[in-house]
Amino acid sequence: MATIELQRVEKKFGDLHAVKPIDLTIHDGEFVVLLGPSGCGKTTTLRMISGLEAVTGGRILLNNRDVTWAHPSERDIAFVFQFFALYSHMSVRQNIAFPLQAQGESRETIRQRVAEVARLLEIGHVLEAKPGSLSGGDRQRVALARALVRRPAAFLMDEPLGALDAEFRETMRAEIKRLHIEQHATSVYVTHDQIEAMAMGDRIVVMSDAVVQQVGTPAQVYHDPANLFVARFIGSPGMNLLTGHYAGGTVRVRENMTYQVPGDWVPALDRALDGEGEVILGFRPEAAAVNSEGLPATVYATDLLGGYTMLHLEIGDHEIVHARAGRETHYSIGTPVRFALDPAMVRFFDPKTEKAIVREVTA
Amino acid sequence: MSDVALQNITKRFKDVTALDDVSFSIKDGEFFVLLGPTGAGKTTTLRVLAGLEKPDAGAVLFDGVNITDFTPADRDVAFVFQQYSLYPTRTVYQNLAFPLRSPLRKWPKDRIDRRVKEVAEKLRITHLLERKTANLSGGEMQRVSLGRALVRSPRVFLMDEPLSNLDAKLREALRIELQHLQKTERSTTLFVTHDQVEALTMADRIAVLNQGRIVQIGTPDDIYDRPVTTFVAQLVGIPRINLLPATRENGTLLVEDSALRLGLPEGPTVPPRFLLGIRPEDVRLGAGGDQRGEVVLTEPLGVETVIHIQSGKQTVLSIVPGITALKIGDTISFSIVRERLHCFDLDGARL
Repeated sequence: MATIELQRVEKKFGDLHAVKPIDLTIHDGEFVVLLGPSGCGKTTTLRMISGLEAVTGGRILLNNRDVTWAHPSERDIAFVFQFFALYSHMSVRQNIAFPLQAQGESRETIRQRVAEVARLLEIGHVLEAKPGSLSGGDRQRVALARALVRRPAAFLMDEPLGALDAEFRETMRAEIKRLHIEQHATSVYVTHDQIEAMAMGDRIVVMSDAVVQQVGTPAQVYHDPANLFVARFIGSPGMNLLTGHYAGGTVRVRENMTYQVPGDWVPALDRALDGEGEVILGFRPEAAAVNSEGLPATVYATDLLGGYTMLHLEIGDHEIVHARAGRETHYSIGTPVRFALDPAMVRFFDPKTEKAIVREVTA
Repeated sequence: MSDVALQNITKRFKDVTALDDVSFSIKDGEFFVLLGPTGAGKTTTLRVLAGLEKPDAGAVLFDGVNITDFTPADRDVAFVFQQYSLYPTRTVYQNLAFPLRSPLRKWPKDRIDRRVKEVAEKLRITHLLERKTANLSGGEMQRVSLGRALVRSPRVFLMDEPLSNLDAKLREALRIELQHLQKTERSTTLFVTHDQVEALTMADRIAVLNQGRIVQIGTPDDIYDRPVTTFVAQLVGIPRINLLPATRENGTLLVEDSALRLGLPEGPTVPPRFLLGIRPEDVRLGAGGDQRGEVVLTEPLGVETVIHIQSGKQTVLSIVPGITALKIGDTISFSIVRERLHCFDLDGARL
């Protein structure tokens, strides 16, 4: 088992930062997801933890031992890549046994451990097959089995589901998570898919432009994004963000459209904006309820999505607000409506700093 | 705009039958989606309609006229592909004007100018008109591609996965635009995709294609609520429909290897053994529920949480709003909406 600590870890290529100094502690048994768009530095961070990439500053501790300059093989960490790195000429059994043979384990130990991991991943029936004859999902299970069989102190996974098609990804996502719950191996998982990150992570590290934007539980990054990037990136669609002018407890979003700020937010906005100024009002689609009162809008498009309807409402000049409604909701395009916001689910951002305005929670 | 019909189209490539007796019609102004996995025959269908492939049997009709032997140019269809087919060294304006400058059209300059500006306005790319297309972002390029198809007012729009090269957020934004545009313009559109969300949200009607055959044609509601096979049932819906082996015993329905028992659904007479389909949103958690299970996994997605419930050897997925306080290992009660059960025979056909 392992605790991984990053202290001011950074990576520079010449003058360019691939990862700006990052401080992060990954606790024993935790499942941490590094999430962000391509080029944000998430994979580089993972590779620095593994030792495949040298740091250009900072320290990495594994169980309080400084491993910053330790060879990957001395870190007791297993790596699962996106591509199934399996030996095609060996059977599944040989593929899984390979890391144990390399460690010089006894024949009996190898037999036992392979059987155990095969049972866990339900691949006992394909042990004698060659990887080439397996489905994509089974191949990925074998790749996982090969990583698991070593019983490493920590697992690093780099978009392991990226090559799978959508429906299968959903199944494998749940399998990896269940495996983690059974094994409780410290895991660091890289993905660009926010749904995957939300579904799997105990905590999520949201990265963009080589910088950590927020570290938090799925609930925290979803409900209390630290800044506009996180607000937009998390959620499908992302958070609705309306720019307006704040003064005296109201936000003027449009000429004829004002929003009454919930009372418990007024002191925070007064303080953050020094009485008045530009502000961004944020709310998730499920916080907007279409009814007879609230802000005026016109139905721009509607999505009927199995269990619910997503309404896309146009306010003013082509600004779209997403609102979630019941499945039975039917509106034709162009219908004028009003929507009200759940006061417990509104958030505010400072457009100058792009950061969330923080409210003091009074007991 | 036109009515379009494919009648009994069969298309073979050597020994492989790509399309096997495919028939459907698209009504004037309809947004018609072909949905299916890779290799189902979606793109071949679109190419037959466009005149880029000649069918081995069957006919293509536009407004009742057999145009099977017409060249692509004579069919007056417009394409939007996954890859942007734009002239990189020309401006957005020139790219949009190009299809209108065809000598066949003989449009005067000011008419072309009016039309280009009108379409640019609709697609919100007016500010890009003087830019070279090579300098645009992926989303902007795809808007211009749509614009190029739109300027001509063709009889039919053919779109082959036009959104699939864009990242998730952009895809969503453009999907909403496309949906709005099509609904307000009422352009006859055939849209090919493997993405069930695109199909469910945009289509007036969907044709589900698998291995060169049409499996089902219907509105998004038909496809989602009354899938004719387990293939269709599993193709739409996130998370996927629960599909469980079940048996019938003395008026009760038992899910195999589990403690789940339900009253028989009204309507179909089910055989002794069959497959039971339950959409995750129809598995309702609540103290009054008549079923019991153990929470084995929770997946918080923000707006909702997927709960994996185990009963015996079976796992049933449920979806609940918000982020739940349920913990792994909790025993919970739930009920299953009986009116919304789906029953299939062991070959996967709806009962």
